[in-house]
Amino acid sequence: MASPLVAVRNLRTLFPVGAHSVFRAPATFVHAVDDVTFDIDEGEALALVGESGCGKSTLALTLLGLERPTTGSIDFAGQEMTALKGSELKAARRNMQMIFQDPYESLNPLMRVGEIVAEPLIVHKLANARSDREARVRAALEAAGLKPPEVYLERYPYQLSGGQRQRVAIAAALVLEPRLLLADEPVSMLDVSIRAEIINLLAELKQTRKISILFITHDLGTVTAVADRIAVMYLGRIVELGRTADVLTQPRHPYTKALLSVTPAPNPRLRKERIILKGETPDPTRLPGGCRFAPRCPVAQPLCLASDPPLTALETGHTAACHFG
Amino acid sequence: MESSHPGGLTATMRNFSRNRMGMVGLAMLLLAIALAVFAPVIAPYDPAKPPRATIMDIYLPPSAEHPFGTDDAGQDVLTNFLYGARVSLMVGFFASFIAVAIGGVMGLSAGFIGGRTDNILMRFTDIMLVIPDLPLAVVIVALTKPSLWVIVLVIGLLGWTSTARLIRSQTLSVKQRRFVTRARAVGAGNFYIIRRHILPLVLPLLVVNTVLVISLAILNESTLSFLGLGDPTAPSWGQMLNFAFTRGAMSAGGWWALLAPGIGIVWVVLACTLIGQGLEQVLNPRLASHNLSSTKQMILRPPRTQSQHAPQAPDQA
Repeated sequence: MASPLVAVRNLRTLFPVGAHSVFRAPATFVHAVDDVTFDIDEGEALALVGESGCGKSTLALTLLGLERPTTGSIDFAGQEMTALKGSELKAARRNMQMIFQDPYESLNPLMRVGEIVAEPLIVHKLANARSDREARVRAALEAAGLKPPEVYLERYPYQLSGGQRQRVAIAAALVLEPRLLLADEPVSMLDVSIRAEIINLLAELKQTRKISILFITHDLGTVTAVADRIAVMYLGRIVELGRTADVLTQPRHPYTKALLSVTPAPNPRLRKERIILKGETPDPTRLPGGCRFAPRCPVAQPLCLASDPPLTALETGHTAACHFG
Repeated sequence: MESSHPGGLTATMRNFSRNRMGMVGLAMLLLAIALAVFAPVIAPYDPAKPPRATIMDIYLPPSAEHPFGTDDAGQDVLTNFLYGARVSLMVGFFASFIAVAIGGVMGLSAGFIGGRTDNILMRFTDIMLVIPDLPLAVVIVALTKPSLWVIVLVIGLLGWTSTARLIRSQTLSVKQRRFVTRARAVGAGNFYIIRRHILPLVLPLLVVNTVLVISLAILNESTLSFLGLGDPTAPSWGQMLNFAFTRGAMSAGGWWALLAPGIGIVWVVLACTLIGQGLEQVLNPRLASHNLSSTKQMILRPPRTQSQHAPQAPDQA
């Protein structure tokens, strides 16, 4: 099998907390992304699931190079992203585009749709001929499901609905024809009725254009239509990783089980008993010594408080970080 | 632009045109500018001509020959008033241009770059802020040869602090917005982001500030001239006040020599304040209807831009 498009190895992004200066090193760190390892193949969609604050977005920003990783490596299409600077980093970003959570905030209110979608081309000095650029903008708008594109080119974001805005953001990401799409909660701010459309659009893009997608979400219910594999994240660490069907039907980590048990099922009679987690996520500056899920884990044993379980393979392509998984 | 977002400069200007007080201020300012520009046409006398002053021409009350009376040198007050408007407005505009340019660049760089640069620039601004402007200006102007450009420069170089603070805070808030992160994610550089994403949202605020700085600059120039530090070759309103005040206009009963320049200064400063307030109301609609306003405005009238698009809005999905 060919090497994966993205290979993340032992990635760690820490943020210093509290007062620090040249003279005083920071004493504590937020472990936003803590020793994360995963691959994304060409044309594969990986869903990154976890509750808010677990480091999903930081992971995406680190992949893009907007946050500097503390340690670890990101291999993107054979290039070591963490070593890139300046124009090289800019060139690498051309192949990696991000869709943000809030389509109301992520579009400049003073720019027309046409300008927003053309912006990546201008920034990267691509398609410099006016006609060429316009053609690519139109194609991107159509690919994002805004048809006919003429209707939208001259509009401002405030004249569009939330779903349309997210489509504009997707079009702006597609115009560079990237190989990897980082979708950071692309549907969580949208009406439920529009979510399916956007998710189907992403699934379609993956199918037809062979774009790899990192689909970040806190909602397990939205992943099945897009994701080939699921990575469950808890407090900066991946606790379970496997094929979508495996993870959803045979979750091995108690955190995944808890998440699944509270996902609404279409048939209310089939509803299983819900596992409601007690307490709050621990302070990410002071992580517990053993398994970081142990304080809230319904099946925690003394062993869990003592030692941190590594991510271990259970069956082909299914790993979980639990002593009892 | 046939349509634009409520936050932009074009829309701000359009909404401003519906603000009554703001438009009154604009009309007042335009009138003052027109008087200054057309001074040679309107003025009944030539100010360059040496006064043929006899004791009979000093402090003549308003008459058909001298509508605003004459001053201590027997010169026509109206003529001096009109030419003085040129000086006062010019100093106001140039000085405020300098102040806003410096303040804008300082504020943008401090807010955008942040960190240590922000700290250094803002501490410098703080120092400039606590130094009393006027005494310093008096000292600098007194130490140099009195010239119009020195005054312009001094007022401009001392008047940028409030602009810098204002623009910095706005830049800080715009910088945090998601579309700036998105532009970064696309691969845009700092210069591009400032030009395309930050500046357009800071610009309306900068315009409001400019108007207010103009009035402040005119006031400062009048003060300096009143204190006798003006350029004697280019008499401004402040200098007319200075002459009238020091050369016995009041004791001679020549109130008109004080009234004309005084009203001129008040007129322009009031005009700028009204414009500034009008613009502020447009930019911050919450100011327009607080619980003490006389007319009840529970529902703000929607701006015309939106009603144009309202019929087609619901069926866009």
